[in-house]
Amino acid sequence: MSDVNCRPMVIPLSFVIAFMLTLMPLPDWAIHFRPAWLALVLIYWVMALPQRVGLGTAWILGLLLDVSQGALLGQHALGLTVVAFITLKFYQRIRVFPLWQQGISIMLILVVYSILIYWIYGVTGHPPGTWLYWMPIITSGLLWPWIFVLLRDVRRRCKLS
Amino acid sequence: MLFMGLSLIFMTLDHRFQQLQTLRAGLNLIISPLQYVVDLPLRIVADSSEALSSRSYLLTENERLSSENLRLQARLQQFEALKNENQRLRKLMQASERVADEVEIAEILSVDLDPYKQLIVLNKGSYEGVFVGQPLLDANGVMGQIVETSPLRSTAMLISDPSHALPVQVNRNGLRTVAIGKGSAQTLELRFIPTSADIEEGDIVSTSGLGGRFPADYPVARVSKIQRIPGEPFAYIEAEPLAYLDRSREVLLVLSRPEPEEQETAPTPAEETVDSEASPENTGLSEDNQAKEVSAGE
Repeated sequence: MSDVNCRPMVIPLSFVIAFMLTLMPLPDWAIHFRPAWLALVLIYWVMALPQRVGLGTAWILGLLLDVSQGALLGQHALGLTVVAFITLKFYQRIRVFPLWQQGISIMLILVVYSILIYWIYGVTGHPPGTWLYWMPIITSGLLWPWIFVLLRDVRRRCKLS
Repeated sequence: MLFMGLSLIFMTLDHRFQQLQTLRAGLNLIISPLQYVVDLPLRIVADSSEALSSRSYLLTENERLSSENLRLQARLQQFEALKNENQRLRKLMQASERVADEVEIAEILSVDLDPYKQLIVLNKGSYEGVFVGQPLLDANGVMGQIVETSPLRSTAMLISDPSHALPVQVNRNGLRTVAIGKGSAQTLELRFIPTSADIEEGDIVSTSGLGGRFPADYPVARVSKIQRIPGEPFAYIEAEPLAYLDRSREVLLVLSRPEPEEQETAPTPAEETVDSEASPENTGLSEDNQAKEVSAGE
């Protein structure tokens, strides 16, 4: 872990893990509570290294997410691009918040993301007809402190900055 | 801004014109190793539980299966005779012969997709000859159809998806209707059945073969609830799919191509994703066909 060559790998690897967590089968009752893993990891990297991870990365990740979810091509791409954009605007402010306040800001960003995705579902004719649709925002917000600490440690180990 | 514009363009292209199949297939290739890795632990658990099961269990299972096999073989003999007879009669009536459907087994990957759509991923792709529109069955009934293929994987839409409509008929009397998904694996809705129509709870509906995508006479669902609302032209009818939509692991891909005879009578495939306004026209069509077929049958 202590050597330098984890550097080029660590960001892609974290996205790969986020993808796997998104694809992982969950029991039926838990399916609506799955946090938006990819959005969380993306927000972290945009916040920590805005010069490396930006809108382009977000867009490509979104396209891959669309394909892996069988969603409309571009749906999550648009969502994640907007997420990255908002994070880029406010990263300097969010960075210095205490963890719980960061969690709340992340939840606000994810509200925008969810509204966009919901809107696209609606436009294409099939809005998810359940309040559980909004649950990932809450679970993601609660998970944020752990993800933040974990990824920060990983980043420091690898001396990425 | 550029990326947002691009996403909007992509979405329109994908939704309206289905033009991005190749791009999707390409991106799918990148994703498929991830799907494989996610699926792996569950596969290992399943395989090892097979390897570790006790001898006595295997023996009893073997016994059960061979007796079942015997029973099925006996029924199959009868079936062959009936099939020949049917073919002879069809020839006498100068109707075209039915082609026997061949099936191929595919496995469902345990990978979660969009929770608001009813999609599954199969471990066979266009490389093995899977094509878009191919019907999908399990041992009990119709499951859905392939909507997307990449070389190694394919995605199938289940009949319970809200944008899936399947032309069906009631087995007992040939009443035609359309089974539309409701987004849950336990219910389908049967549309456009007049309030006065002869349909009862417990009736089995099977594919009618109209639309030319699904082969005819595969069981689909059992009618579970009928609400006749006075003043409404159509009854509200729910049906329970016979296939284990959320439990099967192995599925059958039907290899038959649509029968040309039936394609003539129903030019528009109704199983395609339909918008609600397209459907009434469709029933008019199917009722028309029903009348035709009844007179032909007599």
